[in-house]
Amino acid sequence: MSEKRIRVLVAKPGLDGHDRGAKVIAQALRDAGMEVIYTGLRQTPEQIVSAALQEDVDVVGMSILSGAHGTLFPEVVNLLREKGADDILVVGGGIIPEDDIPALKQAGIAEVFGPGTPLEYVVKYIKENVKN
Amino acid sequence: MFKQDQLDKLTAKKEGWSAKLDATVKKRPEREPQFSTDSGIVVNTVYTPLDIADMDYERDLGLPGEYPYTRGVQPNMYRGRLWTMRQYAGFGSAEETNQRFRYLLEQGQTGLSCAFDLPTQIGYDSDHPLAKGEIGKVGVAIDTLADMETLFDQIPLGKVSTSMTINAPAGVLLAMYIACAEKQGFKKSEINGTIQNDVIKEYICRGTYILPPEPSMRLISNIFEYCSKEIPQWNTISISGYHIREAGSTAAQEIAFTLADGIAYVDAAVKAGLDVDSFGPRLSFFFNAHLNFLEEIAKFRAARRVWAKIMRERFGAKDPRSWTLRFHTQTAGCSLTAQQPMVNIMRTAFEALAAVLGGTQSLHTNSYDEALALPCDESVLIALRTQQVIGYEIGVCDVVDPLGGSYYIESLTNQLEDKTWEYINKIDSLGGAVKAIDYMQKEIHNSAYQYQLAIDNKRKTVIGVNRFQMKEEELPKNLLKVDLSVGERQVAKLNKVKAGRDNAKVQSLLKAVREAAQSDANMIPVFIDAVKEYVSLGEICGVLREVFGEYKQQIVF
Repeated sequence: MSEKRIRVLVAKPGLDGHDRGAKVIAQALRDAGMEVIYTGLRQTPEQIVSAALQEDVDVVGMSILSGAHGTLFPEVVNLLREKGADDILVVGGGIIPEDDIPALKQAGIAEVFGPGTPLEYVVKYIKENVKN
Repeated sequence: MFKQDQLDKLTAKKEGWSAKLDATVKKRPEREPQFSTDSGIVVNTVYTPLDIADMDYERDLGLPGEYPYTRGVQPNMYRGRLWTMRQYAGFGSAEETNQRFRYLLEQGQTGLSCAFDLPTQIGYDSDHPLAKGEIGKVGVAIDTLADMETLFDQIPLGKVSTSMTINAPAGVLLAMYIACAEKQGFKKSEINGTIQNDVIKEYICRGTYILPPEPSMRLISNIFEYCSKEIPQWNTISISGYHIREAGSTAAQEIAFTLADGIAYVDAAVKAGLDVDSFGPRLSFFFNAHLNFLEEIAKFRAARRVWAKIMRERFGAKDPRSWTLRFHTQTAGCSLTAQQPMVNIMRTAFEALAAVLGGTQSLHTNSYDEALALPCDESVLIALRTQQVIGYEIGVCDVVDPLGGSYYIESLTNQLEDKTWEYINKIDSLGGAVKAIDYMQKEIHNSAYQYQLAIDNKRKTVIGVNRFQMKEEELPKNLLKVDLSVGERQVAKLNKVKAGRDNAKVQSLLKAVREAAQSDANMIPVFIDAVKEYVSLGEICGVLREVFGEYKQQIVF
């Protein structure tokens, strides 16, 4: 029997329109055999959580380059918890200063991938850390 | 350009030389099986007259300041005046950005370039729920004319030129700028600057769209018409390849898609009844300067030549000023690394030099810490000094187009031009740029993915990322932080402005905006009337959203 394919929601929270990174990551995860749904731009935390539940994903990957990560990433984690979906692995990436990472991890973002992260590393991380 | 007998002799000579080359390569293989530029143009070992044998000097190059402008848009270029050194800046509140502007002007910067935060760029006031977490982050927050007045406090708008990176709500911000300049005592006709106003590339790759294409194109044509009559020095649009490149395109795609967008704007304005020469001279462009040094120089030259042909041959423009492609350049943000960030100073310097050798009219150099945060005072100063070194110390500005005539540069310029026409023909066949948004997005994404794969498998070297990494790195300490209290202060200021204005008048002005939107009147005078009474950006854009609806992005992936 073949292994269940990992389902990933790649999301762009907030108003930031830079989606090069999100789309490149999405394609890399797809090429690595995962099922990937990309939300498109300007998603509120509520929209992201509802898409995650509806699509029954194992992973939510968010990308922000505008600096709004400190507000928006934790909101997504909190809403997922409220909906009882805390088994979903939540990761993030973008222009995120080193100093902000401890607070994001504290808030429940499992890993933050900064600029220069190889695609292979992200794929490996997700495969090793996905919860079910 | 070359005599046939000389070319024949060279062909014969090159055959013998090729055998020698093969022997050398056999003995010691080259670093790559094949060398190519970022646009996939194969790079040969050496270039000779044979590579540009068909070139006609008059037809293909001409003299600087003359059609087809391959060598530059002015006869003497930087011998007269250097490019405008224009650092893109803006963060937090209008007070903070005003201080940064004044600091840059004191350091010898010659023009301003304003970054707005995302709520402003998308036409939301700071108290809108979607503005949460975004206020003042990537630029300054502007809700009403009161913010604009603070932003330009003690900066005489009749004397400084300002470029504003504003697109979907460009007409409203332009109205605020005009109102602000008038309050300072200047006449409309005295102000000088640029609004980006390029909505098609927002749909393609930058994301700060509001309205669907049709009303957006109408607003753009309104701006062309208004400015041609009222503020003749204003650059009414900055048709931008910068963001297309940042989104991952190649150099050839960058100029091709940008010029295709340019064709769409000219088409729309001509269809709206404007004479091409009434607005053509005020169209401006904005390109990226990336790392592939020689291809970038050729790119700028090719773009000038193609645009001249488009304006003269396709649109029948008669005024030579309509034929010239004037452009701003920014060095490539996406070439900066978070690792060993000081190395970014070198990358930026080479990119900036390519822009200057390519004949740019103005330039922004990125700061070394921008893969980590917005730039701090120290990093932005080094970035400005980089331009000053190029301008004042290394002699490259004393002669026009110094690389013109290089067999390689001319061959690359020709090949980039060919690729550009291929893309433009393809986009024409799809019905023009607006109809080809999905196509361009797919092309850009494919290039972006290939670029990343090339880095990951080390076919492309990025110092500090996939080669020459350091185990222990010290990161810059004084990174700029925009704290969340900016948002609260901004909302408080907006509430105060709203409480202090004549709200009955505001309602009637908003009604006028609605009526103008529903008619085919020019919207700009109505925007000016409204902003003068402190009607907010969000209120005006709210009415436009109600009248025209909002653009829904097609997810191409």
